[in-house]
Amino acid sequence: MKHINRVSIKQKVKGYIKSPLSFFLFIMVMLAALCSIGVFLYLTGYIMIKGIPNISLSLFEWEYNTENVSLMPALINTILITIFSLMISTPIGVFSAIFLVEYSKSSNRFIKIIRLATETLSGIPSIVYGLFGMLFFTTTLKWGMSLLSGAFTLSIMILPLIMRTTEEALKAVPDTYREGSYGLGAGKLRTLFKIVLPLAMPGILAGIILGIGRIVGESAALIYTAGSLPKVPSGSDFLFGSTRTLAVHMYALSSEGLYIDQTYATAVVLFIIVILINWISGLLAKKLSRL
Amino acid sequence: MKIKEKLMKGIFLLASTVSILAVILICIFLFANGIPAIKEIGLSEFLLEKDWRPVGNPPTFGILPMIMGSIYVTAGAIIIGVPIGVLTAVFMAKYCPPWLYRYLKPAINLLAGIPSVVYGFFGLVIIVPYIMKVSGGTGTSMLAASILLGIMILPTIIGVSESAIKAVPMSYYEGSVALGASHERSIFFTVLPAAKSGIMTAIVLGIGRAIGETMAVIMVAGNQPRMPKGLLKGVRTLTANIVIEMGYAGELHRDALIATGVVLFVFILIINLLLSLLKRGLD
Repeated sequence: MKHINRVSIKQKVKGYIKSPLSFFLFIMVMLAALCSIGVFLYLTGYIMIKGIPNISLSLFEWEYNTENVSLMPALINTILITIFSLMISTPIGVFSAIFLVEYSKSSNRFIKIIRLATETLSGIPSIVYGLFGMLFFTTTLKWGMSLLSGAFTLSIMILPLIMRTTEEALKAVPDTYREGSYGLGAGKLRTLFKIVLPLAMPGILAGIILGIGRIVGESAALIYTAGSLPKVPSGSDFLFGSTRTLAVHMYALSSEGLYIDQTYATAVVLFIIVILINWISGLLAKKLSRL
Repeated sequence: MKIKEKLMKGIFLLASTVSILAVILICIFLFANGIPAIKEIGLSEFLLEKDWRPVGNPPTFGILPMIMGSIYVTAGAIIIGVPIGVLTAVFMAKYCPPWLYRYLKPAINLLAGIPSVVYGFFGLVIIVPYIMKVSGGTGTSMLAASILLGIMILPTIIGVSESAIKAVPMSYYEGSVALGASHERSIFFTVLPAAKSGIMTAIVLGIGRAIGETMAVIMVAGNQPRMPKGLLKGVRTLTANIVIEMGYAGELHRDALIATGVVLFVFILIINLLLSLLKRGLD
């Protein structure tokens, strides 16, 4: 922050002697900051140090068995579920954000209901999504514990995230661009697809990537919707076979408690994926802010 | 051309109804499966009975232990997470030198992105053994869950409080300093009160996250389905109850677990209501 009251250290000490309360508050702030930084360094450092030496090639073998405790099937399942969920929720999320920003006034009653709905959705914990997915997709629609049930459950879960980030990205496009386009005779739709969406794309992508991050890290919503079989579904079961994503795999390993080294290694892999995802999303968001 | 415009508008409109539809479906399916079970067990017995023995003879379905477990663990997380989080937000907004901020801000965002199973595993290999060493017992306890959840809600609380503090006009701070107050006094007695509703929002969001957290809590809380007996004893939360028993639950037991989800859902709805009230206060 900008210092409007630059003081020397000597003056500062004098001030603190005069006012012990200020000094106490100063100490508390510093302690809290140290605590937060310390927790961050400890958590990341510990998992990295314990995990990286345990990463081995056998962890990445195609088939899972109790000997290699391979995370490869789980990784592939994670990618599959991510792709399916995004295929469902990206168009819906982006389209509804377009409707909210470009086609309606915020005073509209219908819009208020949509906002209320998305706010509610974003507050619902993942286990409730899991319950709903179990009741609706696996039981009522009879999809069983499957890739498809898991993907649909997660796509509802990340819908509010994608809607919100897309909305923000669309709002960040200055109106002058739209006016310029209309002025040249383009219609609303053409303006939207040729001018507004390309400009908002980094922001939309940042949102989608954040969504990927949530899918990769999700476990509670998947246990009773996608199941926990440690193999990639194949053949006729492809969409309806039980699958286990990386996060569920990690949970299974740590609750079995038999393969502690491999669990550390799996944690590192999961962790690195999440770091990468966040980093890419941050880069894209920065690109949008340069608009 | 005109038709295409109309058609696309219709598609956009249709897409935006999906979220409403999703909320309605979630409510219908949860309540339709949960309410009959609550009726069969009896509302007061379900909510106030201290015994959860779903496979006993006769079975009893009282989720009071789990409700208390959730409340205690969340309260613990708030007691640990809120002071550290808000003070760290003060640090980031008013003390942090720019070179440190460049690293600290992404680090906090990263903490928010770490999957809950990784947190849970961290709790299992660090916090639980530490508590076991210091106090004896198994280590999986209310304290472990509270500490872990306190850490997990830090990024939410820091992020939201920081932007609330930064949104307070600089003139508040300047005016206070000009009147002779120290840096700390200016921050804590003029800037923070002005950022009050933003900080309250942060806390409520933190509560929402803590009460809904599942996997991390299961891994460190011990999960005994009885009334919470103390900081160092195991507890089971509402969320844990669902995940642990859903795998083998039959008929009424399964519906009772869904009803547990309904209770959790109602908690979350109340929290959401609080949030929107707070936001209205902000405007």
